[in-house]
Amino acid sequence: MTEPAQAAAADAAADGANIVEIRDLHYAVVQREIFRDLSIGIRRGRVTAIMGPSGTGKTTLLRLITGQVFADRGTVIVDGQDLNQLSRNELYALRQRMGMLFQNGALLTDIDVFENVAFPLREHTDLPENLIRHLVLTKLHAVGLRGAAELMPAELSGGMSRRVALARAMVMDPKMLVYDEPFAGLDPISLGVVLRLIRHMNDALGITSIVVSHDVQEISSVADYTYLLSGGQVVASGTPKELQRSQSEVVRQFMDGLADGPVPFHYPAPDYATQLLAREDD
Amino acid sequence: MGLLRELWQALRGALENLGDVVLFLGRLLAYTPASFRRFGLIVHQVYNAGALSLVIIMLCGLFVGMVLGLQGFDVLQRFGSEESLGTAAALGLLKELGPVVTALLFAGRAGTALASEIGLMQATDQLAAMQMMAVDPIRRVCVPRFVGGIIAMPLLAAIFSAIGIYGAQLVGVQMMGVDSGQFWSQMRASVEVRDVMEGVIKSCVFGVSCSLIAVYEGYNAIPTAEGVGRATTRTVVISAVVTLLLDYMLTAALL
Repeated sequence: MTEPAQAAAADAAADGANIVEIRDLHYAVVQREIFRDLSIGIRRGRVTAIMGPSGTGKTTLLRLITGQVFADRGTVIVDGQDLNQLSRNELYALRQRMGMLFQNGALLTDIDVFENVAFPLREHTDLPENLIRHLVLTKLHAVGLRGAAELMPAELSGGMSRRVALARAMVMDPKMLVYDEPFAGLDPISLGVVLRLIRHMNDALGITSIVVSHDVQEISSVADYTYLLSGGQVVASGTPKELQRSQSEVVRQFMDGLADGPVPFHYPAPDYATQLLAREDD
Repeated sequence: MGLLRELWQALRGALENLGDVVLFLGRLLAYTPASFRRFGLIVHQVYNAGALSLVIIMLCGLFVGMVLGLQGFDVLQRFGSEESLGTAAALGLLKELGPVVTALLFAGRAGTALASEIGLMQATDQLAAMQMMAVDPIRRVCVPRFVGGIIAMPLLAAIFSAIGIYGAQLVGVQMMGVDSGQFWSQMRASVEVRDVMEGVIKSCVFGVSCSLIAVYEGYNAIPTAEGVGRATTRTVVISAVVTLLLDYMLTAALL
């Protein structure tokens, strides 16, 4: 991040413009360090992309932001609340203001599409049935699947599942929507639909969107701001255009899809020749 | 020293697991009273665990009763007291075989279904999605299944015992020629309410243990195909061992 950008980020954090504020985050799983002194600010009302090579901890970052796992050190502040300080009830109250789209949709397989979207309403409200029906059909219409209301999740394609999951994530009118790899395994038509929905929902509902993805071209077309993670830290950030112009080696390797660079092609291993010539019982 | 250390670690691991199960049971019980406000969820699980197990329970009850009729007749005729067959069959079924065999069958059919269903929900992020919707999966998924299992077990055991007595009567009276009046009157004279209650208490306890084990194993399954498979296997094995252990303890306490 450039110095003016750092100053702007500090201002945003100070005036509450950031819905998510991560400071000096440290997180490790079984002695494997995932994040080291990570700091990120996510501005309200924007589509923010989090990109990075596989295994760099993008999904883990989403889990930290949504309070599914907690930082070993540092703070994660979401909508003004420090997640490490929240009780379970306070965390659940915060989650009612968030929606999350899982990689595979994570629809409940024993109930149909309508009931999946109605699920949060039935759990958290006492709305009359006709109002629930109205809300569910409105959200399903927004994702183009009003006609699929009576289908079971097993009858949906991957793209349809994600759109239903998006309708379900929106049904409580959250302030923030979090997408985990929303484009993985989608055909070009479904991918285009999901892309448009992310942008459209963000602007029409005035929410904040955080999208984790490694589909560079796709996410660059809808994101307002991008963080590139590698090796447990932010290695670059800026608008998609700024990243496209960046000459940083790690940014170029990721944006151009180069096999070798700062992120090595090979997983750490002993010397190839030594390993091949070694006896089996060594 | 190595062996001692391994034994200590195994014992410590077992104690930790037991503590974890007790804490899990505590969470289930804490949510149980509130779960009756959404009785529809429980009824659905009673149907899943109970009604869908009915055919296998009735078939097994019939065969166990028929075997009891044959073996009982063979033993009793040596003492010239075949007319006590009704009493022997009824006491055996109500106090022991009904609750125990029903629990073993329940673990095999409903327990495995519960563990694999919850385990697969874990593996496909459905439970994580619920948590993200601010819904506690223990309250929404585990408690109705736990309570449904507890309600279903005594009902299934009662049906098992009733069909079993019919099976014993079928063999003893219809095939072996035991007097029908003697068969039923001796049973009515000898079987007391406390005998029936012993079976009811046992089946309720087995309902708690088998449902708890199935729900716990499913909820804590490693979210992979192998993990869910292992959880399902563990459900059957642990349920069977715990059922037989508890049966001995309850029999000793209730005699």
